[in-house]
Amino acid sequence: MAIKIEARDVSVYFGSTQILHNVNLGIEEKSVTAIIGPSGCGKTTFLRTLNRLNDLSPDFRLEGEILLDGENIYHMDPIVLRRRVGMVFQKPNPFPMSIFDNVAYGLRLQGIKDKHLLQEKVKSALIAAGLWEEVQNRLSSNAFDLSGGQQQRLCIARAIAVDPEVLLMDEPTSALDPAATSRVEELILELKKSYTIVLVTHNMYQAARVSDFTAFFLSGYLVEFNKTDVIFTNPRDERTQRYVTGKFG
Amino acid sequence: MLNERVSEINSLVSEMGGLVEDAIVKAIRTMVEKDPTDADQVINDLEPRINELEKRIDEECLITLARYQPVAHDLRRVVAVLKIDKDLERMGDHCENIARRAKEIIKEPLLKPLIDLPRMAETAQEITKEALDSFFKEDTQLAKQAIEKDVLVDQLQEQIIRELISYILADPRNINKALDLIFTSKDLERISDLATNIAEETFFLVEGSDIRHTGPKDQRKD
Repeated sequence: MAIKIEARDVSVYFGSTQILHNVNLGIEEKSVTAIIGPSGCGKTTFLRTLNRLNDLSPDFRLEGEILLDGENIYHMDPIVLRRRVGMVFQKPNPFPMSIFDNVAYGLRLQGIKDKHLLQEKVKSALIAAGLWEEVQNRLSSNAFDLSGGQQQRLCIARAIAVDPEVLLMDEPTSALDPAATSRVEELILELKKSYTIVLVTHNMYQAARVSDFTAFFLSGYLVEFNKTDVIFTNPRDERTQRYVTGKFG
Repeated sequence: MLNERVSEINSLVSEMGGLVEDAIVKAIRTMVEKDPTDADQVINDLEPRINELEKRIDEECLITLARYQPVAHDLRRVVAVLKIDKDLERMGDHCENIARRAKEIIKEPLLKPLIDLPRMAETAQEITKEALDSFFKEDTQLAKQAIEKDVLVDQLQEQIIRELISYILADPRNINKALDLIFTSKDLERISDLATNIAEETFFLVEGSDIRHTGPKDQRKD
């Protein structure tokens, strides 16, 4: 498998506070990589670094480099980068518009105006997000009429409609009930056939269930990165062992 | 997810069971056909593969427990498989014993024509197949049938021992050859008994009941 995204010696600062310390990490293409760690360990900061969302903070500073297919993302147009690296947030955040328009939003931004093409792409994104069966007869309904789980799958459909290569997911199920969580987890496993997925999760068991690789962060340091099978059966670092067995965090 | 893991584990157990059945047949066929080729295959190919599968299944179960925290029926299945693969591995060891002994036995004329040992082997293989099928199909009736069949193996063993003792009494020079056949019958009896352990796990899987030491097998001994 090829490395899709590579962090090389990445350190992140907000003002004078260092949040991440010399992180080196290679994320494999078409796999699910979970990032776990206690609150404040830097996992969300790391995720947001991968599509330059941290750039929006004026006192943000990054050392090292992040490569997407070998190209430094900080030398890319952020708009182009975010088209290639989509994001799904913790809480479902549909736009205040119809289901159809939510999914078509990014496509229209890309300049697609052809009605048939839009319909086709919206449909395939909704199918890929496992939502088509449930919404095909009410595409013009307001997105807020959907349940929380459906809204999150709608946001996933919106993210994949523009055909990204990487999907970043920041605790995508933390606001969902167990049934909706299970539905999204199944979807993640389906999506990894086409996309590279990086998943930040508070729920260690979710990382165990859905990821191929797991990175454990602690106090801004990457403590251990390995196959998920290894992390949850025989972690190499004592701190990882303590975290996955629930002894701290 | 968990379902895929369980399917993978089932298919590994099925593969392991198939190798054990093959090993039973080939170990005994060495004696019947007086050809060491089958014995060599048991020793050099089948038994090592059975051992490898035991390790692989253990690892799969460990990962499944750690990553998916199965409960209820799923948990019972993983726990049962961890016991079944031990039983199958031991059965493989007994097949290897038979194969090694068979290679020696066929170097000289047989003490007597082999009639009951092949029948014992055939029945042990049937029990193994039925026990594993009962586990995969979650069929306690089939499991019970497999357990009850073990009585045939025990009876055959008693018959073999009685007969061989008469050969020893008739001429003490027969003792080595007779003991080889007695030990072989003991291996087959153990194989059959281990297969019934697998059938007992079917009850644990389906009903959550533990019939070890209290089920049909043990009532028969009383």
